Amino acid sequence: MSDSALDQARKRTGRMTGAEAIIRSLEAEDVTICWGIPGGAILPLYDAFMRCDHSIQHVLVRHEQGAGHMAQGYARATGKVGVCIATSGPGATNLVTPIADAFLDSTPLVAITGQVPTHLIGTDAFQEADITGIVMPIVKHSFLVQTVEDIPRALHEAFHIASTGRPGPVLVDIPKDLQQAEFDFAYPATIELPGYSAEFPEVPASIAAAATMIAQSKRPVIYVGGGVINAEASEDLILFAETLQAPVTTTLLAKGAFPDSHPLSVQMPGMHGSKYANWTIHRSDLLITIGARFDDRVTGKLDAFAPGAKVIHFDIDPAEISKNRRADVTLLGDLKRTLPALREAVVETRNAERLADQRDWLTDVQGWREENPFRYMKGEKLKPQYIIEQFDRALKGKDAIWVTGVGQHQMWAAQFLSIDGPRRWLTSGGLGTMGFGVPAAIGAQQGCPDAYVVNFDGDGCFQMTSQELATAICYDVPVIHAVMNNGWLGMVRQWQELFHDERFSETNLFGTIPDFVKLAEAYGCLGLRAETEAEVDAVIEQAIAERRPTVIDFRIDHDEKVYPMVPAGAASHEMIDQVWDNDWVEEGV
Amino acid sequence: MATPGHHTLSVFVENRPGVLSRVCGLFSRRGFNIESLAVGPTERTDRSVITIRVDCTRHSVEQVVKQLDKLIDVIDAIEVEPDSAIERELLLVKVKAEAEHRLEIMRMAEVFNARVVDAGATTLLLECVEHPDRLAALEELLSPYEIVEAVRTGRVAMTRASIANETARPKLNILG
Ligand SMILES: Cc1ncc(C[n+]2csc(CCOP(=O)(O)OP(=O)(O)O)c2C)c(N)n1
Ligand SMILES: [Mg+2]
Repeated sequence: MSDSALDQARKRTGRMTGAEAIIRSLEAEDVTICWGIPGGAILPLYDAFMRCDHSIQHVLVRHEQGAGHMAQGYARATGKVGVCIATSGPGATNLVTPIADAFLDSTPLVAITGQVPTHLIGTDAFQEADITGIVMPIVKHSFLVQTVEDIPRALHEAFHIASTGRPGPVLVDIPKDLQQAEFDFAYPATIELPGYSAEFPEVPASIAAAATMIAQSKRPVIYVGGGVINAEASEDLILFAETLQAPVTTTLLAKGAFPDSHPLSVQMPGMHGSKYANWTIHRSDLLITIGARFDDRVTGKLDAFAPGAKVIHFDIDPAEISKNRRADVTLLGDLKRTLPALREAVVETRNAERLADQRDWLTDVQGWREENPFRYMKGEKLKPQYIIEQFDRALKGKDAIWVTGVGQHQMWAAQFLSIDGPRRWLTSGGLGTMGFGVPAAIGAQQGCPDAYVVNFDGDGCFQMTSQELATAICYDVPVIHAVMNNGWLGMVRQWQELFHDERFSETNLFGTIPDFVKLAEAYGCLGLRAETEAEVDAVIEQAIAERRPTVIDFRIDHDEKVYPMVPAGAASHEMIDQVWDNDWVEEGV
Repeated sequence: MATPGHHTLSVFVENRPGVLSRVCGLFSRRGFNIESLAVGPTERTDRSVITIRVDCTRHSVEQVVKQLDKLIDVIDAIEVEPDSAIERELLLVKVKAEAEHRLEIMRMAEVFNARVVDAGATTLLLECVEHPDRLAALEELLSPYEIVEAVRTGRVAMTRASIANETARPKLNILG
């Protein structure tokens, strides 16, 4: 919306129903698109969508989980708040998974749910579920609106809370009778939340202490999390890292926050991260943690993680400080303020002499990298890494957004894609939600219509939300869903093979059920298949050229595993790996 | 750091629906058992104070205080240092009191600043506002006579008036 239209939307007043007030509030928050499914308790809102003049596109999905993940994909690709809508009871409970996902991955999401009329609340009425109670541990905040006059204020606060500080999901539950009631609408100009502040004072002493630690460090490493993306601080990070000449490791959530192709990047740390990232962390004497939270998939055994390092911790959320790993120095607040402030404080000391001190360190890191690249072996069967690299090549130089499901394919994509900008890699990290890929990719594409959006999905994950192909067709959303079809719940199978004596309990999906090409065609999508390397380039080329909703069934080697790997509970520098003979193919070469 | 201990938290909240379950939920989710809980109004009608007593490690209590502070309806959460605070709790206790023991019990009550608020043919009902440790001591002394019923409100706490504070409720210092 233009600034003047937005200004007008915020100043709008007049007598209207609660349902129309929801629409006017969304306009005042500059919402242009939302996802949902109607039902009894939210019917007045859907009626108002049709009855009123407004500027919001509503996308009808096929399952509310899809609505939530589409809103997430949109939010993560654009940086705006994603909005999803559901009816009471089962509609609301279907949103629980995306809400939990948004909570763990700090995604700004506003979920609006209908509730049974106020006089029926608490009576186990038809389609009543205490959704604010159900989501309590997985939201940043929630509202059960009590009067029609409260609707604009609740929505105003919801958007403010969802999008500021550490972003997260906010649920607004609105009883049906309040949607029908009339009142005099005015959008609140201010926010009154005495218990909430996303701002922190500058603490010069902390900057000074951090600068001293940097000055004394010979082996610094910068450990970057998704917070850098939420803060839009990638440019500041690059300047900071280049000033320090320190290696940078980006977590699964942070991929793209620092360019993968930058010479200082050591890629992903953790369970399926690079050996050189984990070794760099292990040997470092200073861990500069930026918007990351020492997740167990990153740290492995916590007391063996960066055992010789002091910790500087930048974060916007005080509760992350010293939660898993004690911080020696804390820099709280917006990274766009704290990162340049610390850079300022150290820039003069980073002279040639000082950087020469660090040269051995960078040489060591470079050596580990050269000896232990991400790699794979070619074989008779099609390898997923090859497909990922071919896609990467095919879209080089174009604006591409990469989305994934959860499992082996997700880890291969994280290892083998080279992504150089923020908001161009969308994956479910904290919750590890199978089924995230299809809808998140659709939402991302709707937020970025000119981008090429590719969803690397697993055959298991894809089947959890594939009904949203209908949404893709109805709204003409040309995502390419590249199904890495190994016929198995591959990641679970890998654990069964390695840690459960190859007892493949309940993990066989039988790769031909369904026939993904026919399934695609049933929805009106383009359906393609590749079973050999020779076929890969052609299907990629065709999918990119046709630019319509597409599913590609890639029949990959079901025996392929993700390496290297830190077994659960092991120290992160002790990675297991396969034996490599001479014919391996290296990432990016 | 890892040894458990008792901690009293004073949580100053906005008087909004659901706030008590949000606060309590934080404790149960982390597996902390709330030993005592008291909720009530404050000097402001739109604010309440929740006083919570838990048994956990220092690290855990610091985490839980930060998590409490993150709740939107929580204005402030602090740990009350026993040395710098007054802590009180109300006990109502009904104790068997046959004629020959009545006087003894009433004298004991006096020592603990307890009052007899009701009397039946064979029981006395005492009320006592004291430090929770003193209440425990009183209950202990009454137990030989047989306690029929006892109920406590949960402790409330306030920083001593003699300790100068810039603000009435000092903010947790997590900065720097
Ligand atoms: C909703 C959900 N259920 C179960 C799991 C556990 N899980 C993690 S990975 C995985 C297998 C995924 O299979 P597939 O989508 O085929 O991907 P692959 O590992 O084969 O690449 C499973 C079942 C999960 N992460 N999410
Ligand atoms: Mg699979």
